[in-house]
Amino acid sequence: MRKSIRERESRTGLSRRRFFNSVASGAAEAAILTVPGAVAAEAAVGQAADGNMVKTVLDINGRSHSLSVEPRWTLLYVLRDRLGLMGTKASCERGECGACTVLIDGAARYACMTLAVEATGAEITTVEGLMRGEELGPVQQAFVEEDAFQCGHCTSGQVVSVEALLRKTPQPSIEQIREGVSGNVCRCGAYANIFRAVQKAAELRKGGR
Amino acid sequence: MPETTAKPWGETKFVGKPIPRVDGYERVSGTAEYPSDVVLPNMLHAAILRCPHGQAQVKRVDLAKAREMPGVRAVLSDADKEAQIPWYAPPGSPGSTGSPTASRLFDPHCRFEGEEIAAVAAETPQQAWDAVRAIRAEYNVLPSVVDMEEALKPGAPAVQESGNRWGAPRETKRGDVAQGFAEADVVLEETYRTSCEIHTPSEIHGSVVRWDGDHLTVWDTNQGPFGIQAPLAAAMSLPLSKVRVISHYMGGGFGSKLNLGKYTVIAAVLARKTGRPVRLFLTREESFRAVGNRPAHIMKLKAGVKKDGTLTALQLTGLGEVGAYPAGTSVGYQVGDLYRCPNVLISESQAFINAGPNRAFRAPGFPQCSWALEQMMDALAEKIGMDPVEFRIKNYSAVCQMQQNKPYTSAGLRECLTEGARAFNWKDARLRSKGSGPWVRGVGVAAGMWGSQSGPPSTVRVSLYPDGSASLNMGAADLGTGTKTVMALVVAEELGVPLDRIQIENADTGTTEFTRPSGGSKTVFADSPAVRSAALEVKARVLEMAAAQLKLPVTDLAFQEGAIVAQGGTRKLAVRELTQLRAQQVVVGVGVRGPDPVDKVVRPFVAQFAEVEVNIRTGETRVLRLVAAHDSGRVMDLLTYRSQVIGGLTMGIGFALTERRIMDAVTGKMANANCHDYKIPTAKDVPADKTVIPIDLHDTECNTTGTKGIGEPATIPTAAAIANAFYHATGIRITAAPITPANVLTLLEERRKRG
Repeated sequence: MRKSIRERESRTGLSRRRFFNSVASGAAEAAILTVPGAVAAEAAVGQAADGNMVKTVLDINGRSHSLSVEPRWTLLYVLRDRLGLMGTKASCERGECGACTVLIDGAARYACMTLAVEATGAEITTVEGLMRGEELGPVQQAFVEEDAFQCGHCTSGQVVSVEALLRKTPQPSIEQIREGVSGNVCRCGAYANIFRAVQKAAELRKGGR
Repeated sequence: MPETTAKPWGETKFVGKPIPRVDGYERVSGTAEYPSDVVLPNMLHAAILRCPHGQAQVKRVDLAKAREMPGVRAVLSDADKEAQIPWYAPPGSPGSTGSPTASRLFDPHCRFEGEEIAAVAAETPQQAWDAVRAIRAEYNVLPSVVDMEEALKPGAPAVQESGNRWGAPRETKRGDVAQGFAEADVVLEETYRTSCEIHTPSEIHGSVVRWDGDHLTVWDTNQGPFGIQAPLAAAMSLPLSKVRVISHYMGGGFGSKLNLGKYTVIAAVLARKTGRPVRLFLTREESFRAVGNRPAHIMKLKAGVKKDGTLTALQLTGLGEVGAYPAGTSVGYQVGDLYRCPNVLISESQAFINAGPNRAFRAPGFPQCSWALEQMMDALAEKIGMDPVEFRIKNYSAVCQMQQNKPYTSAGLRECLTEGARAFNWKDARLRSKGSGPWVRGVGVAAGMWGSQSGPPSTVRVSLYPDGSASLNMGAADLGTGTKTVMALVVAEELGVPLDRIQIENADTGTTEFTRPSGGSKTVFADSPAVRSAALEVKARVLEMAAAQLKLPVTDLAFQEGAIVAQGGTRKLAVRELTQLRAQQVVVGVGVRGPDPVDKVVRPFVAQFAEVEVNIRTGETRVLRLVAAHDSGRVMDLLTYRSQVIGGLTMGIGFALTERRIMDAVTGKMANANCHDYKIPTAKDVPADKTVIPIDLHDTECNTTGTKGIGEPATIPTAAAIANAFYHATGIRITAAPITPANVLTLLEERRKRG
């Protein structure tokens, strides 16, 4: 369900390509346009260190946030340190553990591996966005009832991954559940309870919760 | 009311039921504020430069360029007088391990990759890291040694000037092993190895610090703030009263967050230098190298048994790695205590290597010992043709042999073995076809015990308000083990106040009273009796108030479900109707943990059963199901109890199958300091089929809540049970953990060659 670049451009008025054009110049520009995001960000560091911030608009949990960012800032850093959305947790910050998982256009993504500018124009949903006001959403409720966590630090990421799974696969098999949360490490080892919580969440969702 | 006079509970209303956590909402909604989520106004971000070599002398640290970098507000190195803080140093000093080895915060002699060299505080974390990268450090790279056997060879690079062997071998002796082996019908000897395991909690180590004048406040992710407060006060030369450590939530520790970290002190010094709050959290890579591990062990075990299954002698010679600085490690306890054996000799040595020092890791030494002892028990049972469960039942010890044969307050190992075997369907499972390949199946059992820590001291406050609600104030942290929930259940049980009307304040040295940090599975065991004591005091005060109001003797009154009932139930008084309580607005009960029993020993016991399948073509091993039967005394909350056991089993799977620190012998560097190359179990590596069986023998002597601790026993025998199942499936005894496909294929190939 990912939107095309063109669609996003029309929504935000700023495409990834045009963004890089706006911050890079000369020889660096050619390099930036042909390398993946992470390397491009590295190349853009020099610009930003001189105070070269870029304006961006992020659509998070249904609200639009206009802010200036360094091109190298990850979505994780912006969510937590710039917008105060601390529900998304920082852990390995190298795409290995899943603690920072958010929904980007409905798909589970590691916020530590996504630059804030890459997420421009996409619909971003964090664990806070899964609440129904003060009430827990069905996945969160199921996690509490099945005690699908211990320390709770990886839980936001687990909950978001399960949300992504259930949106796509409302009645997952145990193997689909394993696959769905396989990118989320739980060092406390609550997986067996997480499997049950996913099944319970599927029931709660079916019941219209 | 003295804690020791409390009678054991009979039927309980709250305690022991499967009750969701009191802080579940916070933990799943993202609103729980972990120390790494704390943001203070005007806060700076710090980062640390670490030694990139296995061993090196720092020749020069040039901070000039770093100082000029954008956003940098302070730099700190060994050149600063504020940084002259002793570490890994003599008893009583911060980071003390009781050894004469002296080092300091930024010691120029770096003995492992990852030792701290300098630090920077800047406006953003990115700017702090830019500045760290701009520091020019020159090193005289020294030879390093990262293997403990190599370290003890003559001519090995010196990790410590006093020699690479730390201390004299420690011996525990009982009877005469030579005579025991002579009496045996079967004597087996085997060398077992376990690998170095890294804690890797989800929330990485770090602190946020703030000075208010000479008062230091620290939000730190740890296992109990009182374990951090005292060494931090010593490091900063402050009285305890000027150091406040807060750890309301924390994202996992497993033993690695019992210690004061250099990062906390570095942050405090940087904050004082800049006059601004400082946040310093490590990266995952740093945490792999510098904040502890479960050390690797080599265990030579010799055992003698008679044909009838009587053990005659056990001899363990152990070598453990401590890392570059003293950090005790010992594996022998279960060899001397778990099974009845008249002749025992345990000799343990420790070696320094150029790697991060170990720290306590969930049952320090015990999973390693189980790996050796429980595989040996299996091998002995096979030699004499006995069922492994029967063999263990025949030999388990009903008294504590390591403490002059004192009896236990309760000892449920027999029940763990029999109930576990029944739930596992052990006899049938052993007879079932193993399959013809490539996947072959097998089952295994392993038993264990945990050497509980002592209970006291712990001081807790419980307050009751005129509207019938209550508060619980305790020093203990909740590591995700359910501490807050369990303690609130104790208050609910005694005072009849529902959980949602109990406010909990915990783990803050500024607002709660002393208890030791959560380690050794001791929190419920140490603190729940203190909570009960405080609640009972509240109850006693309330009954006195009611007696005066009703003009009845106290002995005629009972406190039931939050109300005072006169004998016979003829008169009932709600808490809100107590005029004296309304007048004073609060009644406070202070509870303390009473002493441990003197002439009896408190120990939890465990038996775990595993079924695995092994692919003899690819070498893969999968765990299909696990049954864990635990005698940890009373179950306080069935839900969190099960979760702890399930978590311990998962961790045991990692120890058995995937987790291993790999050190490069040439450079002395860790080769797999990330979660891709150091493999922690994921959802795809664990069975959904995990059965937890609590065995409760109603221990009325261990303490007033009848609890013995569950967190550590849960992971002690898991890897050994898996190894025994592996043997049952393949006929191959795998003595070196972890059971990786490469190891398995090598052993299969060796067997093929032998024919």
